[in-house]
Amino acid sequence: MNRSHTVQPLVLGIESSCDETGVGIVRGTTLLTNTVSSSMDEHVRFGGVIPEIASRAHLDAFVPTLQEALHEAGVTLDDIDAIAVTSGPGLAGALMVGVCAAKALSVATGKPLYAINHLVAHVGVALLDGGAGGTGGLGSAGRLPENLGALLVSGGHTEILRIRSITDDVEMLGSTIDDAAGEAYDKVARLLGLGYPGGPAIDKLAKEGNAKAIRFPRGLTQPKYMGTTEEPGPHRYDWSFSGLKTAVARCVEQFEARGEDVPVADIAAAFQEAVVDVITSKAVLACKENGITDLLLGGGVAANSRLRELTGQRCSSAGITLHVPPLPLCTDNGAMVAALGSQLIMAGIDPSGVAFAPDSSLPVTTVSV
Amino acid sequence: MLILAIDTSAVASAALISDDALEGVVESFATEDTRSHAEVLAPGIEKLLADAGVSGADIDLIVTGVGPGPFTGLRSGIATARTLAFAWNKPLFGLMSLDAIALEVAESTEAQAEFLVATDARRKEVYWARYTLNDSQLPELVDGPHVGFASELPDLPVFGAGGGIYADVVNANEEFSSTQPDAASLGQFAMALLAAGAELPDSTPLYLRESDAQVPGPRKRAL
Ligand SMILES: [Zn+2]
Repeated sequence: MNRSHTVQPLVLGIESSCDETGVGIVRGTTLLTNTVSSSMDEHVRFGGVIPEIASRAHLDAFVPTLQEALHEAGVTLDDIDAIAVTSGPGLAGALMVGVCAAKALSVATGKPLYAINHLVAHVGVALLDGGAGGTGGLGSAGRLPENLGALLVSGGHTEILRIRSITDDVEMLGSTIDDAAGEAYDKVARLLGLGYPGGPAIDKLAKEGNAKAIRFPRGLTQPKYMGTTEEPGPHRYDWSFSGLKTAVARCVEQFEARGEDVPVADIAAAFQEAVVDVITSKAVLACKENGITDLLLGGGVAANSRLRELTGQRCSSAGITLHVPPLPLCTDNGAMVAALGSQLIMAGIDPSGVAFAPDSSLPVTTVSV
Repeated sequence: MLILAIDTSAVASAALISDDALEGVVESFATEDTRSHAEVLAPGIEKLLADAGVSGADIDLIVTGVGPGPFTGLRSGIATARTLAFAWNKPLFGLMSLDAIALEVAESTEAQAEFLVATDARRKEVYWARYTLNDSQLPELVDGPHVGFASELPDLPVFGAGGGIYADVVNANEEFSSTQPDAASLGQFAMALLAAGAELPDSTPLYLRESDAQVPGPRKRAL
């Protein structure tokens, strides 16, 4: 890599941690293409992502997705300065496909390979600047705001992060201790007979329901978990959604046992309110107590209208600036991997080589391997 | 002709096979364990190329074992082979992984007119196939590959690690009781098939088992 390339490196990013096979290409902080092939349709009849089916789909989708990305960006493998790949966290078998393909690309082309953290990549995507599909905002001149937090909500994760440096200082403030929020949506949607994926179905139906008709529990909000600002409890910024899912099931059963019609729209609205209320209240609390003044919302559930609305309201009353990238960059994709790879190169961080192992539970403190 | 062969259906292995080299094998490597493919395969191939002093441009075609084998490991080799073939713009073919052991049997003093090759399929099962040998011919696949319990195999000598593990219930050949599919043999098999004018199949994996996913049944109503 010559000097001009380390200033604006052309980076190809590969993502395969769940059910999206993504290849993205960026030059510096400019997005050139974000190509995604999803196996979501193959999971519909199971009501959730089946790891083995996702892995098989990654294997067959990878080369065509790569080919399409190169074509769309109008570049060749020779032009690329470096390759970046998600090495965790994620589904072990799914990660393996992307990692093996990325290593093979590195061996075939001699280009350096960066093994990066998927969660941090969700934040890195915000550094892409305007233009087609760009985020147009957060990362002015490729710099992140100083007191930045990230709230990631999807079928695979529910986390709040604090980012002091995107390349080497990221901290997990809180996370779900059981199901991810998106998973809870899928399970409840199945319970209510609304199909898969559950998020959009529940969001839509909730608009017709009365969220106050039923009150579902907010997990981990009791004082013994929360503690106080001075003496934080063990799960002050953590979430739990398995109890909520059980409460919804119990509620449906009670209506059925009484021989009454199940008020599906009300249940959907009340469930959604419980999820969104507890996510946003804890996220904003974490921001306030950690001096976070800018919050990035990422992950597929960022598409949820009520989550966007309530996060926006609560952030603005707490004086926090909320940033939401365009949806195709919120869901899992290769552009975010390339965007983070580009930051690592510009920060002069060494590549990972080709001998690392993917790590399905890679901690967020490991930005690159 | 120079072939890069890869197989990760059991252990991770790769080899460079040339019709110019003595015995055909230019360079090869194979791991012993069956669970670290993602770490060792790419560095292994990198070293293989460096040791042989060849680059992607020198390779004429790539052959990958398409299983059967444990899924995650199997995919690591196929993903690697497909990506290398794309990046180097080389043709890619797939061979059934048990063929590698069958060729070794055919070339050994243990050769039999009819035999089985078996590897470990975990969950108390084996992947297996039946071969026949005619004079100075390549082994011919006559049945399989299948996945099933070792105790239900046809009554024939069994070659390969799948026989070794279940030596108590099958007629396992001792010499081959720990033999795993190896890229060097697979590549030699491919070279021989090509020399005989055969067409090689594509790299579609032979999973033999469906994913474990169950379509959820209807929810039980309370009443
Ligand atoms: Zn994600």
